[in-house]
Amino acid sequence: MIDFGFALTPSATLQIDNLDNKLFEQLRNIEPDVAKCMACGSCTASCSAGNYTELNLRKVILSLQRGREQDTLNSLKSCMLCGKCNIVCPRGINTRHLILSICKVYNI
Amino acid sequence: MMRERFLSGYDSFVLPFMIGMAFILVYCIAGMIKVIMQLNKEDKIKLAKSLFYPANAFKNLRDIFADCIFHVKIWKRNKLLGYMHSSIAFGWLMLIVIGHIETWIYIPQRSGLLYYPVFFRYFMSVESYTLRGSFFFFLMDFFLLMVLSGIFLAIFKRFRSKILGMRRTTKLTLLDYIGLYSLWAIFPLRLISEGFTAGISGGSFLTIPVNWLFANFLSKPENFDYTWWAYSIVLGVFFIVLPFTRYMHIPAEILLIPMKNAGIKVRHPRKGMALAQLYSCSSCGLCIDACPMGTQKKNLKDSTVYLVRQIKRRNETRTREISDKCLMCGKCAAICPVGVAACDLRLAVREEQKCNIHGDYTYLKSVVPDLNKQNDRGEDKVLYYAGCMSSLTPVISRSVVKILDKAGVNYELMDKDGSICCGRPLLLAGKKEEAEALIAKNREIIHNSGATTLLVSCAICYKIFSEEYSLEGIKVIHYTEYFESLAKQGKITLTKGSSRYVYHDPCELGRGCGIYDAPREAISRIGELVPAEKEKKDSICCGGSIGSLTLSYTERGHITQYAVNNLIINTPDKIVTACPLCLKTFSKYSDVKVIDFAEALSQQME
Repeated sequence: MIDFGFALTPSATLQIDNLDNKLFEQLRNIEPDVAKCMACGSCTASCSAGNYTELNLRKVILSLQRGREQDTLNSLKSCMLCGKCNIVCPRGINTRHLILSICKVYNI
Repeated sequence: MMRERFLSGYDSFVLPFMIGMAFILVYCIAGMIKVIMQLNKEDKIKLAKSLFYPANAFKNLRDIFADCIFHVKIWKRNKLLGYMHSSIAFGWLMLIVIGHIETWIYIPQRSGLLYYPVFFRYFMSVESYTLRGSFFFFLMDFFLLMVLSGIFLAIFKRFRSKILGMRRTTKLTLLDYIGLYSLWAIFPLRLISEGFTAGISGGSFLTIPVNWLFANFLSKPENFDYTWWAYSIVLGVFFIVLPFTRYMHIPAEILLIPMKNAGIKVRHPRKGMALAQLYSCSSCGLCIDACPMGTQKKNLKDSTVYLVRQIKRRNETRTREISDKCLMCGKCAAICPVGVAACDLRLAVREEQKCNIHGDYTYLKSVVPDLNKQNDRGEDKVLYYAGCMSSLTPVISRSVVKILDKAGVNYELMDKDGSICCGRPLLLAGKKEEAEALIAKNREIIHNSGATTLLVSCAICYKIFSEEYSLEGIKVIHYTEYFESLAKQGKITLTKGSSRYVYHDPCELGRGCGIYDAPREAISRIGELVPAEKEKKDSICCGGSIGSLTLSYTERGHITQYAVNNLIINTPDKIVTACPLCLKTFSKYSDVKVIDFAEALSQQME
């Protein structure tokens, strides 16, 4: 990619060599279903807390996979655990418990 | 006429019994002190007050007799099972009481000795029969026969539990087996011992024939020492293993009942009220058959009886696993004969895990729903809270609005622009502090709206609104009760159609809040109501419950299928439910159309 010396958004390029996915692997061990996510965004669309805050579970899962958890992790604190994401998930992921597990593994 | 056979009134064979008796007395008193000391100050005062309040003291006494001696709850479940329990408990109690009365009448100087009434027949010899004496002999034999018949049923139940109304029974521990076999042995041995001595000490219709029988077999009466030793040893063994077996429920229940009547709640998974409940669990295993997760065999060990066992063993991993998996449908707690508050125990375990999510709900400050702040006309105003789950099932709020319009009610929607959760899901996940933040915010909104009635269409919300919110001056009502009252008052007119309906009791509404009849009465107005196989207190969870944290999608599917099959047994045209979550869950699996309560009514409204 040509470097113009400026960019509209910060680079989203992933350096696979530098990727530290130890925590994500740990998460996958206790929550294997996280790998099933196809990022459809149903969870985000139905989210109660998402009405008022930045909370976006789809984005959180993507950022965890990419080892950029610091971007989104704190938004999970606004989750009310109402469980609607759980009901709508077309992949049958237990998102409610996934959120609890993320908080445990990433220690927030 | 009777007299003592021995001047000393003692024989060393009573020692095993006395050791066991001393041990169990010390253990029970120490346990009782421990339980009471572990209660917090508020609960201690509550308990002390309730013990001295006459109406409550009477209730305690009545409950102890009904539950511990006559086992009324078990009678209602199954007659044979009830007879088995009450014959052993009542028969044994009467043997003890009459034994004491006999000692007190004939040998008052020995009535302070614990062992004397138990081994009365060994120490006495009869000189002549009197009417009073024969009456006592008859009573003792009669109650012994009663206990023996109960023991016989208990042995029979080991092999064919289904006849006594139980499909599955608990897998016992080694100590449980020792307790069980010694309990079985106590009364046959008592019969043999008393039969042996009946020639000397006298007896009645049971012991005297036994004596004739043995006299033919064994001519030496000295041999009866061995049977008395055996009788005393099994009693001793039973008492010594008792605290570590299921039979601990016998003494523990006597403590649990006053605590329950005083309104004390579980606050810690192992202390205070919880400890009393752990001791009181009789490992009967009724909860195994009740648990909806039992549709899959691998979940059988996740029922309450095993939770109690794991908490007692301090197996943290399994305790958490079982607690997190539970759907919190409350069915095991509803049928438990001793009243172990299974959901409260699990909640206490969940609350103990502090490491997960620390919610931050400061953003709620900025949420200001667009409501008419003042109730200017000063009349009754209904505030309708659809709940966040209803945003997935908009048909519920549409139907509710339609009915409210028709009835001409002065109402307002609380969450038309998206709602804040009621806090029940956080509470069920063991996040009490976090739930408080949501409760405070919702309470503020409700109070500011000037409403006099809060109408709720979600069973989950209704439970927390009526239990945790303490909304002074505002009546919280579930839409099933509200619409039934509207129909009764004639504010809405429902026409009877030809459809056959079956009503599903949502766990939180039925077992949770005790609302069973209002929805049924309303449905009877619009069509024919057919019963489900198991309903009301025995209704089966839809499988979608937010109570479970770890249950997977496929496992939930099995439960839903099981619940649907239970509902459609009388071939209804429609399944009606009164909870948005049940509606959503059933719709995926049921071939029969599933509709919400409000939708059903609005379809048949003129």
